[in-house]
Amino acid sequence: MQGLKKSILVSLWFMFLTFPLMVIRIDSLNGTIDWRWENMLGMGAGIFVLSFVWRFMLARKEAGRAAAAGGAMSARGAWFERLRSDPKAAVPAMALIFAVFLALPWVFSTYQTNIMISALLYVMLGLGLNIVVGLSGQLVLGYVAFYAVGAYAYAILNSNFGLGFWAVLPIGGAMAALFGILLGFPVLRLRGDYLAIVTLGFGEIIRLVLENWSSFSQGPSGIANIERPGLFGMQLSVNEATTYIYYLILAAVIVTIVAVTRLKNSRIGRAWQALREDEIACQAMGIDITTTKLTAFALGACWAGFAGVIFAAKTTFINPASFTFLESAMVLAMVVLGGMGSVIGVSVGALVLILLPEYLRAFSEYRMLIFGATMVLMMVFRPQGLVSPGRTKYNVPGADGVGADAARPAAGGNA
Amino acid sequence: MSATTATAAVNASAAVLDVRSVSMNFGGLRALNEVDLQVRQGEIVALIGPNGAGKTTFFNCITGIYVPTEGEVRVTPRDGRTVTVNGMKASEVTTLGMSRTFQNIRLFPTMSVLENVMIGRHCRTRAGILGALLRDPRTRAEEQRIVEESYELLKSVNLHQHYQDQARNLPYGAQRRLEIARALATNPFLLCLDEPAAGMNPQETLELKELVLEIRERHELSVLLIEHDMSMVMSLSDRIYVMEYGSKIAEGTPEEVSRNPRVIKAYLGEESHA
Ligand SMILES: Nc1ncnc2c1ncn2[C@@H]1O[C@H](COP(=O)(O)OP(=O)(O)O)[C@@H](O)[C@H]1O
Ligand SMILES: [Mg+2]
Repeated sequence: MQGLKKSILVSLWFMFLTFPLMVIRIDSLNGTIDWRWENMLGMGAGIFVLSFVWRFMLARKEAGRAAAAGGAMSARGAWFERLRSDPKAAVPAMALIFAVFLALPWVFSTYQTNIMISALLYVMLGLGLNIVVGLSGQLVLGYVAFYAVGAYAYAILNSNFGLGFWAVLPIGGAMAALFGILLGFPVLRLRGDYLAIVTLGFGEIIRLVLENWSSFSQGPSGIANIERPGLFGMQLSVNEATTYIYYLILAAVIVTIVAVTRLKNSRIGRAWQALREDEIACQAMGIDITTTKLTAFALGACWAGFAGVIFAAKTTFINPASFTFLESAMVLAMVVLGGMGSVIGVSVGALVLILLPEYLRAFSEYRMLIFGATMVLMMVFRPQGLVSPGRTKYNVPGADGVGADAARPAAGGNA
Repeated sequence: MSATTATAAVNASAAVLDVRSVSMNFGGLRALNEVDLQVRQGEIVALIGPNGAGKTTFFNCITGIYVPTEGEVRVTPRDGRTVTVNGMKASEVTTLGMSRTFQNIRLFPTMSVLENVMIGRHCRTRAGILGALLRDPRTRAEEQRIVEESYELLKSVNLHQHYQDQARNLPYGAQRRLEIARALATNPFLLCLDEPAAGMNPQETLELKELVLEIRERHELSVLLIEHDMSMVMSLSDRIYVMEYGSKIAEGTPEEVSRNPRVIKAYLGEESHA
């Protein structure tokens, strides 16, 4: 049997690869070598079984793709599609999710609420990056720079000029948008890998400036004692303040979701998607790609700026260490894992990536390992992410129902 | 056919596209060599020539994808003023009213069929970021108008039943028609079609021919057509330009061109091999 032979080969190869690590142990006290052959057997058996699972999954994925091309939808996809497109199901589901989020701070400890706050901050960042990467298809790797701009805008304006949270929130967003445009101009002609590398450099430049320009940003020691957002001048205890910030960020996330969804389904959003799909055709259809790219950069950055202001207000202390490349990579991972261009997908992706590691503290040693393995598995088995973007419904007069159903056999037959 | 000739004769002076000795160099390669071409109001003009003659390059030069090395491209949109377009961005040229399709189909593959056409309406509509965020009545009305106009265009190319499908799932011939609908959505005065019948079967080609004639009447536009299907070119065009190795070698009515010995040698001769 073909599969059996393959699995044996794979397991032999792995046994060979892991031999020095798993089998040999040097006992430096006695100057002897332990040969732990039983490990090798375990390794071989494990890989043997795993390779079968792997092939089974691959086969299932292929089968799924064939079914999708033929017009059928898997049962699991069907209920989700229904939940998403049928208002009778979608509205109660959304109300339920909303109620759960509203109740969280009363159920959770302050510690857990804090985790939720940072998770929601990442949802906001993910949705902002989704505009740039998911909708307009511009691979930006230095996204965290705009987050830093927002955070430092609040920190500096607050500690030097005493400006409050609500005054700086729009300023921080606008500053970040300005930086988005500043970055946008030089990279207008770049695409793909080149764009990614230049934006990565941009992110590092911002961080290094913050780290080294001490008179401006107080360098690596950061800025402390940033004011929490005020609530009509009331004095809030730490617990109350946390709850307040939680509701604030929850509101911000809801506004973001509404805004990004609306943008996505607008004339501008369509232009972004056209830009992502084919730059030449996009130009030839009368879309000015310069302004289209710049608006995507500006709006994506703007949301990172908002998130940055909220972040500074939440932690009351910021330093450049919070804005490393790893953060950019995390946000990008959320967008990619969740499903590029999908608002629901990116939100879920962000929550999963932040919350899972927190609740799997037991495995914290293996965190990066699990993270990496998940990435690889996702890219192999579901490269489009957890949730693929929903289709916009248009109100087309005189087209009642003929659409999808009538068209499907024709499209499937020719696919 | 006779009606066509009459239309052309009436507007004989009104050239909507006037290309004067345009040349294009790619490094050492001269892909276009001082090509002249005119399209008059309401005409269907064909541009033919063997593969590699520079026809697509010519399209790219007049639509702003490339900037020609030498020469001048002038267009006269419906408002009557004459504009020199070389050096303009492709999007500006399209906004002026010159729209095109691509030889190697360039749809927006994962967007729906309807959305592909809606993109074409972009340069004729206004809604901005604020409108998108606030969804004020004016933006909503404009959006609904885009949907309806796009759906009408899909009807005219007989793709309205597929309006929700992803563009990439359409059969080949349907993709070509979708490109035409998308180009029409920009409201052009001149439609440039780059090998629209390539990959179509004879029946589809026949329907395409009818479609082009119908479009010209309904949208009152002129058509510049690159095509290899000789029966289509001969029966559809008012005038034909023939190119070889980047240069124009002949022009005239279908009868004149098909009698031209240089054309027979360069193009029709080669065609009989193929
Ligand atoms: N971007 C480009 N760079 C270099 N050479 C090109 C480019 N585009 C076209 N060419 C060359 O120009 C010539 C004409 O090509 P093209 O216009 O595509 O011919 P046609 O459409 O008539 O078949 C060919 O020799 C082609 O290789
Ligand atoms: Mg060509």
